[in-house]
Amino acid sequence: MDLLDFARGPALTAALSVFVFGVAWRLLSLFLLPWARDPSPRRADARPAWVGAVRGFARHLWPRKPFARASMLTTVNGYVMHLGLAIVFFGLAQHILFLRGLFGIAWPNLPSGLISGVAVVTLGSLALALARRLTHPVLRLISTFNDYFTWLVTFLPIATGLLAVSHLGAPYPTLLAVHLLSVSLLLIWFPFGKLMHAFLVFVTRSETGIAYNRRGVVL
Amino acid sequence: MTDQRTIGELLAQRGISRRALLKYGAYLGALMALPSWQSRALAEGLANARRQSVIWLSFQECTGCTESLTRSFAPTIEHLIFDLISLDYHETLQAVSGFAAEAARREAMRANAGKYVVVVDGSVPTKDGGVYATIAGKTNLEILRETAAQALALISVGTCASFGGIPHADPNPTGAVPVSEIITDKPLINISGCPPIPEAMAGTIAYLITFGKLPDLDELKRPKSFFGETIHDRCYRRPFYDKGLFAKSFDDEGARRGWCLYELGCKGPVTYNACPTVKWNGGVSFPIQSGHGCLGCSEPNFWDKGGFYRPLSANTGSLGKSVGAAAAVGVGVGVASAMLARHRKNTASRGE
Repeated sequence: MDLLDFARGPALTAALSVFVFGVAWRLLSLFLLPWARDPSPRRADARPAWVGAVRGFARHLWPRKPFARASMLTTVNGYVMHLGLAIVFFGLAQHILFLRGLFGIAWPNLPSGLISGVAVVTLGSLALALARRLTHPVLRLISTFNDYFTWLVTFLPIATGLLAVSHLGAPYPTLLAVHLLSVSLLLIWFPFGKLMHAFLVFVTRSETGIAYNRRGVVL
Repeated sequence: MTDQRTIGELLAQRGISRRALLKYGAYLGALMALPSWQSRALAEGLANARRQSVIWLSFQECTGCTESLTRSFAPTIEHLIFDLISLDYHETLQAVSGFAAEAARREAMRANAGKYVVVVDGSVPTKDGGVYATIAGKTNLEILRETAAQALALISVGTCASFGGIPHADPNPTGAVPVSEIITDKPLINISGCPPIPEAMAGTIAYLITFGKLPDLDELKRPKSFFGETIHDRCYRRPFYDKGLFAKSFDDEGARRGWCLYELGCKGPVTYNACPTVKWNGGVSFPIQSGHGCLGCSEPNFWDKGGFYRPLSANTGSLGKSVGAAAAVGVGVGVASAMLARHRKNTASRGE
């Protein structure tokens, strides 16, 4: 079994298994935890809980004016990075084929050149995020292994994927294998690090919205 | 047994001029990307060389490799190879059979000890002492070891001899292995492919005869001149790959326009061979040009790489059981940890 066979077969199977195990464990253990009762009485003008949840999520999509200036770079860069990741992951034909192999569904792909361009911008955005983390004194102080390793496992698939599509630096079979192994690393780390926010961001922001709504705070 | 006349003398006798031989040398030299002076040296060397004694052993194979060499569309090239060599033993092509055939092999080995080249097509069964393929009462394993003992060099022709090929495919019931796993102390060239390109066989043999050494080989012992680049690198459909234009089925509009066959399982990006440049049937076409993706037949284990029609970027493992079990364990651990937290909370509450 060569490296590519290993990456396409056992490595991906193991990584997907760890991913599914970890996500199921973390979500269930979170949702089934005993909830603390909110002692604050529900306000008379409170909207239904789901409205509060949607408002809470929507409100946090962009910072309030007093904070906008200070957090503009982080916010915009965050959007660039996340949209870039989504376009690259869901738009490249090779990725759609990978997902079709898993779920049986497919959709039209975007031009490869466009994806490569977006991948370069995404890499730049990731580099900027790291630079800010390393240079901002407060951010640097509160950064942990989780932050840096999560950055690394996000950066590697984009970088190796770009090299594989461009056929740069090594034979294509090696590049493809390294790319797939980097994806496996991301999948394995996903449930146990801050990448889990891909699921939990909807929960935390909605929960905040529900709590605020109950107390009559209009978001 | 071996004719003592030079190849040039033999060819002249058959009406093939020195000029024709030079052209042939230039052709082979161009195929192997040799510098022009080496192409000339190749032709000169061929003219002055004596015919190389070759013993061709056929083991677990389908005879496709021999068919490729003898029935190709351009007979001048592939037939010429038989003027370059003294084919002293070849079960499919030789007229004699039985004891006489085996006697011919032994005589060739005796007369050319240390000088003959052994060409092998087919893999070697090793399970149960190699009893799954025998010739004249001897296993392929015994014949290979016996014949290779005094050989100058070995050439594994086809993917079966080079990497085990189809007999080696899972579950490999005969314990088939490539020649390289049996003979480890002799110079060896692998010319893989199912079948290999005739020009790759002819060019490699001509190089060996002329220069008396092995050509540059890759890590799988294949001549770099024919296996130095992937099918994808030289594919005429490559621009469509770069643009992200892929045929979705073998008869859709994209396929008719010649778009890339990656989505249909083409293994061109991971397959090293000269099909797009040398092509087949006298340079007429090659599989991708004929509308089918590359199967990757010149690579090891090409039969067991997840399916010919499964795209390269798709996973090949069977996820069902593994992921299903992981999900079940994840749910179990999640529920258990939440229950434990509830239990602790209740215990703490009662304690208060």
